[in-house]
Amino acid sequence: MSVCPAEYFRSAGQRFCDSYQASTGEQRKAWLRMTASMQSAPEIRSRQGWSRHTWRHFRNGIIFASPWIIGLLLFWIFPILASLYYSFTEFNAIQTPRWVGMDNFIAMVKDTIFWTAAYNTLWFAVVSIPLAIVWAFGLALVLNRRIHGRIVYRTIYFLPTLVPSVALALVWIYLFNPATGLINVPFDWLGIRGPCWNACAAWSRPTMVLLAMWIIGGQVVLYLAGLQDVPQELYDAAAVDGANVFQQFRSVTLPMMTPVIFYHLVTSVIGAFQFFEIPYIMTGGTGAPDNTLMFYSIYLFKNAFAYFKMGYASALAWVMFIVILAITLVIFRSARHWVYYGGADFT
Amino acid sequence: METPMTRNTTSYSRRRKQIYDLLTHQILPHIILLPAAAIFLIPFLWMVSTSLKPNEQLFAYPPVWIPNPIMWENYPRSVTYVPFFTYFGNTLFISVTSMIGVIFSSSLVAYSLARIPWPGRNFLFLVTIATLMLPSQVTLIPVFLVFKNLGWVGDFRPLILPQFFGFALYIFLMRQFFMTIPQELSEAARIDGANEFRIFWSVILPLAKPALATVAVFQFIRSWTDYLNPLIYLNDQKLYTLQLGLYQYSSQYGREWGLLMAAAVLITLPIIIIFFFTQRTFVQGVTLSGIKG
Repeated sequence: MSVCPAEYFRSAGQRFCDSYQASTGEQRKAWLRMTASMQSAPEIRSRQGWSRHTWRHFRNGIIFASPWIIGLLLFWIFPILASLYYSFTEFNAIQTPRWVGMDNFIAMVKDTIFWTAAYNTLWFAVVSIPLAIVWAFGLALVLNRRIHGRIVYRTIYFLPTLVPSVALALVWIYLFNPATGLINVPFDWLGIRGPCWNACAAWSRPTMVLLAMWIIGGQVVLYLAGLQDVPQELYDAAAVDGANVFQQFRSVTLPMMTPVIFYHLVTSVIGAFQFFEIPYIMTGGTGAPDNTLMFYSIYLFKNAFAYFKMGYASALAWVMFIVILAITLVIFRSARHWVYYGGADFT
Repeated sequence: METPMTRNTTSYSRRRKQIYDLLTHQILPHIILLPAAAIFLIPFLWMVSTSLKPNEQLFAYPPVWIPNPIMWENYPRSVTYVPFFTYFGNTLFISVTSMIGVIFSSSLVAYSLARIPWPGRNFLFLVTIATLMLPSQVTLIPVFLVFKNLGWVGDFRPLILPQFFGFALYIFLMRQFFMTIPQELSEAARIDGANEFRIFWSVILPLAKPALATVAVFQFIRSWTDYLNPLIYLNDQKLYTLQLGLYQYSSQYGREWGLLMAAAVLITLPIIIIFFFTQRTFVQGVTLSGIKG
């Protein structure tokens, strides 16, 4: 069934829209030409000024949106500009900021902890994001079979995301205690000593990745919802063509799920840079051992609220902002090569 | 002779197919899902188990799953070891006021974006989506400095007040929901002479209860579990939230793990209860905020 195009509806109204749906290809082309000419009409009018009707909508729209417009100015636009300014100053939050030009950025290049924090964060992102995608997607795939207790499973997988991260981090400190933690039990069964987990530099980063695998309940729910949106006809058609389960996955499930994977990827990149509470609490804010758990956001936080180097911290925030922006842009650019938008509608 | 044979083979192959289906659809998935479920349950179960342990079993190895004796008194001790109920009251106050503020402001803005065809609304919507992509660290410091200059650092205002100006994710969520309500309803009400606020209040909001419930649940949990903002803005122990309070379960001998885990269970329980009662709303919210993004 064809759907009346939104812009066509707006300009021509419901009655035209009904007849559009009843029309043939030839008539449609004519109508589309007509709407194209009709769309230039409001342009002419807007040059003379809006109609009273439009003005009223404009006034109401602004009034209703005003909390957010003020909020945007107060909590987004102003702070972004202010932090850009602070990043070029030396500022301890008490005296007035002193302009130092590029000094903060030059200091950053020479700051070994900055590089460590950046490396740790990227390491965490590069290792944990693909694993999280496979893990969450895989669980959702298995859950998507019509099995008993699907809702119960989904609830259980969601449970760790409901535990406040402070409580979760504290449980993990206890669970991952290298000497007496519960985590060592399966290693005992195998007769080997468990690794030293987050207590030593060699294992602390992999431990964080492992911990991140616990809090993917939200993503499982997303993948599951995505899988349920894949039309059954596609599977039926593939089955008729003689595709086995793996071929069906490769040529139906995977392409249809690329938008969800894309969303997961983009949000996790931002999430990785903002990964804060769990390593902060587990290391008592020190990033120990050996700064291997000094994540970027922890270092930023410490500069701002422990050392009161607001200027330097703002510079750190801006570098982070630009790096996230660049990575996100690359992912968005790459999207056209691998994200399939055939089934989605963007209205 | 032949007929029973064929029937036999078909019923045999049918049974084989049934067994195969049972295996692939019911048994194999559980072989994967059950251990996964165990893994996901461990942190919470271990929290509960630890909260009921006597001190000498806390660091016993091999670990004790079922404490003996079960120390129920860890719970009353836990809520008196630190001023738990004060923290509980503070957190509840912050969470409820934030919830009210964010519902009211975000629904107004979402209404503007979804239901009033004003020039510029698409631009505002784009800006709203853009803020979702922005790391909060960029705005953290200047916002802190503004509150500091206002003299508000140290009380609840920096935690609550921003919620009265809307929150991008919720605006987006509610906008998507409002869009699904037929525009004709608004048109009819406009022709009847209702003003925009009347339409918002008595036509759209009553229809949008599921979306409002989702936002209410999300914001309550967001405020309840917030750690960073209370950490930055609260310094008077009387005003601490539960998340900050968890830090105080330590003596000169180190952390009081039994009491700490009892408190962690008490803090997590309200969220789990809310989740169980609003599961459908909750899952819809997670889905809507993700897929349509």
